[in-house]
Amino acid sequence: MENSRQARSRPGRVETLPGETYTAGLAGSLLLETQELVKIPIYMDNHATTPLDPRALDAMLPYLKDEFGNAASRSHAFGWRAEEAVEGARAEIARLVGAQAKDLVFTSGATESNNLAVKGVAEFHAGKGKHLVTTAVEHKAVLDPMKALSAHGYEVTVLPVGADGLVDPDLVKRSLRPDTILLSVMAANNEVGTVQPIAELGAIARAAGVLFHVDAAQAAGKIPFDVEAMNVDLASLSAHKMYGPKGVGALYVRRKPRVRLTAQMDGGGHERGLRSGTLNVPSIVGFGKAAELARAEMAEEAVRVGALRDRLWAGIQANVELATVNGSLERRLAGNLNVSFAYVEGEALMMAMKDVAVSSGSACTSASLEPSYVLRALGVPDDLAHASLRFGLGRFNTEEEVDHVVRLLGEKVAKLREMSPLWEMAKQGIDPRSVRWDEEDRA
Amino acid sequence: MNYSDKVVDHVERPRNVGSLDAQDPAVGTGLVGAPACGDVMKLQIRVSDAGVIEEARFKTFGCGSAIAASSLVTEWVKGRTVEQALAISNREVAEELALPPVKIHCSVLAEDAIHAAVADWKRKKGK
Repeated sequence: MENSRQARSRPGRVETLPGETYTAGLAGSLLLETQELVKIPIYMDNHATTPLDPRALDAMLPYLKDEFGNAASRSHAFGWRAEEAVEGARAEIARLVGAQAKDLVFTSGATESNNLAVKGVAEFHAGKGKHLVTTAVEHKAVLDPMKALSAHGYEVTVLPVGADGLVDPDLVKRSLRPDTILLSVMAANNEVGTVQPIAELGAIARAAGVLFHVDAAQAAGKIPFDVEAMNVDLASLSAHKMYGPKGVGALYVRRKPRVRLTAQMDGGGHERGLRSGTLNVPSIVGFGKAAELARAEMAEEAVRVGALRDRLWAGIQANVELATVNGSLERRLAGNLNVSFAYVEGEALMMAMKDVAVSSGSACTSASLEPSYVLRALGVPDDLAHASLRFGLGRFNTEEEVDHVVRLLGEKVAKLREMSPLWEMAKQGIDPRSVRWDEEDRA
Repeated sequence: MNYSDKVVDHVERPRNVGSLDAQDPAVGTGLVGAPACGDVMKLQIRVSDAGVIEEARFKTFGCGSAIAASSLVTEWVKGRTVEQALAISNREVAEELALPPVKIHCSVLAEDAIHAAVADWKRKKGK
């Protein structure tokens, strides 16, 4: 769903947008406008990626210029300085998640971390068992490696979630067997922002002697996440979801008690032999700075961003009828709001709101014709999944942006509903769901 | 989705949005697609005694290409005879709008809508 936005607007364009407009329809019309400045386009897709924090960029710059050393060069100062920078970053990231610095393995991002965790554990522990457990709302970077393993003799149990988006810990407990080698559950969901009961699941996995992997790409830096307190054995992290640079992430791999897995990238034996390849020093430094900032500012930021999200939802409720939130509003990342606007197709709404960057669970934003599998797993009917928008608020959003988006939504949803045959039916008292539609696949 | 300018134009300025009186014997109504599939098109035509489509209106629930395809066919069918309208193919619609491959089904839906509207009109006329 990340590729769906039309990028027609010039970034950074500053436009004067009308607030309330009063027009008197007499000759020599009187036009009174309350005007405000909002920078166009507005970015509200912070689950896809976050902007690089300027402070992280500043930390990176020296390592893109003079400090170009290879962190694995042990014989000279260039290498030593690069290594020192990497180890400083490693320590900061470790602090953010309650880990020991040595437990972190740098990767190219959370997708690689998830692959390494799932495939690495599956391969190494195949002698013990070949059963893996996960949930239906995981990122594809967990589900697809598991699917690939299932073609090689592994058995995968994909647990359902409730309408709130949460997995039932009792169900998890009952799904674990003597041959289960891995439980993988994300900390926070990338579409609906719902936060799983990780500490509870960690205790269950630990008691059962099953390794516990957590995809914390969306959660780390946004909500407290502690691998010690939560009994997490492996955790995937991503820099660009926490205002760091793209192309760098990490996998936490517990050393005490030691979690063993098979490397998926062989070569020079970097990163405890778990991930060969020259370290991306500038990006790792930016990742470290981003983690440091997240740890220092998380509590305050969650309150501020949460207030923006609540303002957005209150504004939508006041301006748009038949809007429903998907997933639990309580157990959710502060910046996430996933809303279905009944009878309005999500991609059309995104086109109508072309200066606002959001994403949709509509099929029309993906290569397939299926709507979001995450929304489906929550039991959201397909027609409402097609009508969903995901708002991802973050560090750099403002109240003015939220208010502008609320006004636009009110206007554009109304316009598209005027154009919607389903809205027309609903207004005539006919529930479109009671109609027999021809649902054959036209693709 | 990176749409052609024509699609964007139809979405921003849709032609002939609205409804005709479905009870009118000269009006044919086609309703195709399904909400669960993410697109529903309603196409209505008013046909003269001579069999010429004098007016066309649409309402569409769907993505940008579905809206553009329906908007486009309302323009195309107007002034044509029903037989000429039936000759409009999904390929022409897809080519005119330069639809990406994954959106071809929207043009198929537009063709289906024309056929459904004409069939409804014919049924009313007892043809």
